[in-house]
Amino acid sequence: MANITNDEVDVVVVGLGWTGSLMSIELAQAGLKVRALERGEDRNNADFAYPKPADQYAYGVRNKIMVTPKDGALTVRHNMHSTALPTRKWGAFVPGTGVGGSGLHWTGVLIRPTPTDIKLKTYADQAYKPGILQEDMRIGDFPFTWEEMEPYLDKFDKICGLSGNTGNLRGEIQEGGDPFEGPRSNPYPLPALKDTLNCSMFAEAARKLGYHPFPNPSANVSQAWTNPYGNQIAPCNYCGYCSKYPCLNYSKASPQTAVMDALKRMDNFDYRVNANVLKVELHPDGKTARGVTYADADGNIVFQPAKIVVLAGFQFVNVRLMLLSGIGKPYDPITETGVVGRNYAYLSNGGTTLFFKDKHFNPFATAGATGQMFNDVSPGNYDGPSLGFIGGAKIHSSQATGTPIGTALPKGTPDWGQGWKEGMQDWYGHSMKISISTGCMSYRGHYVDLDPTYKDPWGQPLLRITFDWKENELKLQQYLRTIVNNIAQELSPDSYSESFLSMDSHWDITKYVSTHNVGGAVMGESPETSALNRYLQSWDVHNVFVPGGNAFPQNFQANPTALIGAITLFSAQAIKEQYLKNPGPLVQA
Amino acid sequence: MLLNKQTSRRKFLLSSLIALPALGVTIKGLTAAAAAEMIAPSLEGYSPTFFSAAEWAFITAACDRFIPANGRGPGALETNVPVFMDQQLAGDLGSEIYLEGPFDLKAPAELGYQIPYTPQEIYRNGIKAVDAWCKQTHRDTFAALDAATQNDVLKKLQASEVNFAEFGEEVLKAKAFFNEALALAKQGYLADPIYGGNKGMKAWIAIGFPGARASYLEWVAQHNVKYPLGPVSLNGDRG
Ligand SMILES: Cc1cc2nc3c(=O)[nH]c(=O)nc-3n(C[C@H](O)[C@H](O)[C@H](O)COP(=O)(O)OP(=O)(O)OC[C@H]3O[C@@H](n4cnc5c(N)ncnc54)[C@H](O)[C@@H]3O)c2cc1C
Repeated sequence: MANITNDEVDVVVVGLGWTGSLMSIELAQAGLKVRALERGEDRNNADFAYPKPADQYAYGVRNKIMVTPKDGALTVRHNMHSTALPTRKWGAFVPGTGVGGSGLHWTGVLIRPTPTDIKLKTYADQAYKPGILQEDMRIGDFPFTWEEMEPYLDKFDKICGLSGNTGNLRGEIQEGGDPFEGPRSNPYPLPALKDTLNCSMFAEAARKLGYHPFPNPSANVSQAWTNPYGNQIAPCNYCGYCSKYPCLNYSKASPQTAVMDALKRMDNFDYRVNANVLKVELHPDGKTARGVTYADADGNIVFQPAKIVVLAGFQFVNVRLMLLSGIGKPYDPITETGVVGRNYAYLSNGGTTLFFKDKHFNPFATAGATGQMFNDVSPGNYDGPSLGFIGGAKIHSSQATGTPIGTALPKGTPDWGQGWKEGMQDWYGHSMKISISTGCMSYRGHYVDLDPTYKDPWGQPLLRITFDWKENELKLQQYLRTIVNNIAQELSPDSYSESFLSMDSHWDITKYVSTHNVGGAVMGESPETSALNRYLQSWDVHNVFVPGGNAFPQNFQANPTALIGAITLFSAQAIKEQYLKNPGPLVQA
Repeated sequence: MLLNKQTSRRKFLLSSLIALPALGVTIKGLTAAAAAEMIAPSLEGYSPTFFSAAEWAFITAACDRFIPANGRGPGALETNVPVFMDQQLAGDLGSEIYLEGPFDLKAPAELGYQIPYTPQEIYRNGIKAVDAWCKQTHRDTFAALDAATQNDVLKKLQASEVNFAEFGEEVLKAKAFFNEALALAKQGYLADPIYGGNKGMKAWIAIGFPGARASYLEWVAQHNVKYPLGPVSLNGDRG
């Protein structure tokens, strides 16, 4: 029971990362009184002045600004019949905390899904003969059209000062960009980042083999940028401390650089830090929320009344809060009923490291998003239907950081002793990587629910993930492996070593892949198969909106945040234009 | 805790630097890093906070094998890697781990860390077990063995060919202990010197990593040209 009750606000926003800051500013601009509650610390750009972030041990190894597993662990199991165990240390993914959330230390690759990715189910039904895809696959269409969402993708590109080459301008294919991208209404706001040596080598080899490489679309900006909120983002200086690091140069679009300065100047917005939201409180009829309860730093339990609740705590936090609060019916994989928890998906990665004795890659001179990629192996653009699997990959050579702890060494180099020491001297800065990051389908048996055993420090059950690799994703990996190694051979390295999933691999939570967890509270056309409608509004509790990767019915090969930003802005627009006038379900079930 | 130590060490360094000319030592022609390194506390003079004397003997010996002095480039002892390890273990290393039970010691490797130990307990128990095994097998502690035998012991630990359970350690596997220690030693070798290892930024100089320079706008497009400048550290020292 709460021992403190705050003054009522129009909107309470749970979490102040990307989605929370976007929702806050958009709704505050409409004149609403908005309060954000953030579980972590306050964080300002000035906290990360040079040289502080240039510290691999603190940020890259010890995850200094991430939530600790102690506070934020989940449990994980490979199938419904085994017992889930906690993520006692972070590995495959590392969620953020504090103002800015993961948006403070993301890499900044800001790429859109394709129009086919948005309508994957429709594509699969048309292109694949019955029986080709696994029976337990549960993919879905996103409940909006490309044309409806494009203006919001465009707006988020501008908020971030997206830097790169335009590939498709209103249907016209542009030289140097991604010919497979959906038509965009405007060119990229800023030109591409400069290429590093690995980028040029990869792009040249890929082009020679018939692929269509283009610079990674980047939210580390190439030139000074003033965004639609009036915030200024400074040109990137290629400091080499980006993925997992806060930016020391105001160059990475983040909630801080792109939103917070303008937001903090608004009188009708405020925020509390060290405010860990435990539950959404519902009215007795269960149809609307009356606010949220949080624990503050002094151990108080505080009730925050609000007319609208926005859950913006990151994918798995949002789903967990829905489950803890009784918002929507929990998913049951056996009867396949209920919706909260279904369609959990992740992504896989892999790649080949190429060693060149005589080349200097200077890997420390780089922006987070630095790289070249191609999208030729994405749904609809390669022969998936006859190969027998669906989904795609970004195939890229990126150089997110060049920090030395964890440097890859050629096969056969000892991992300790004189051989390791001399190997580090011979090979640090003399390798490049060709990588894949893949989409991931959703399946009947892949879901999240509340763990029956393990609890967090506030006594609440952890979220449990049931997930493993399926044949479809593993076959895709094998196919990509051949493509990557063909490019590697084209580059004639002195040696190379590869790491891909094999057909008997299980999901490994110890090695970093990406913090691109999706699904669990997906958006859809029907309350039978989705927790949220197209406006990210809960079908069951109409004043609860849930922006985040949780809304994706499956994962596509592109990084998620471009679409997460867009659906958040789309939802904010619907709240402003429709919900405020007539609070109630925005889509009739 | 670490912070206090750093400030006092920093103060010590600064005041010593100022005192250098008075002692008749010239710092002209030396980089600040070289000067700082000259007067940084030597490994012999360091008294560990976390490790006991016996554990310290083990750790320095193991570091000397993990990253030995022989061959090209600096070794772990020359770069104070054991100091780094001691300071990390005396600090908050491991406080982030989720350690609520129950524990499944037979969990598949893909599910990661599943033992009920903090890193501090891993070192305490692991060193005890290795030394017990060494005494039984080689009639002496690890630190007292010759380098070839030590390498042999480490290889056995890495391959989990030493059964800790026979020495009362039921939870920890030899390999897990080995991996923990090796990873931390490498981190200390390559981390910023502010954490006590990588003394004089020698590891960075050896591999060609410029440390905390963090500004390469004019370098990024110069392809296949060796970067000419040495490292700087978070403290502003230059190597
Ligand atoms: C290292 C890293 C690299 C990444 N790189 C990329 C990339 O290159 N491209 C890309 O598209 N995506 C990338 N991502 C993913 C990207 O950061 C996320 O998609 C994005 O931040 C999601 O926004 P969000 O608002 O849902 O979550 P976040 O930005 O993480 O914000 C959630 C906030 O909610 C707070 N919160 C959580 N629970 C509670 C609670 N109970 N009470 C109060 N507050 C709470 C958290 O502390 C956090 O501040 C990366 C992520 C990481 C970690």
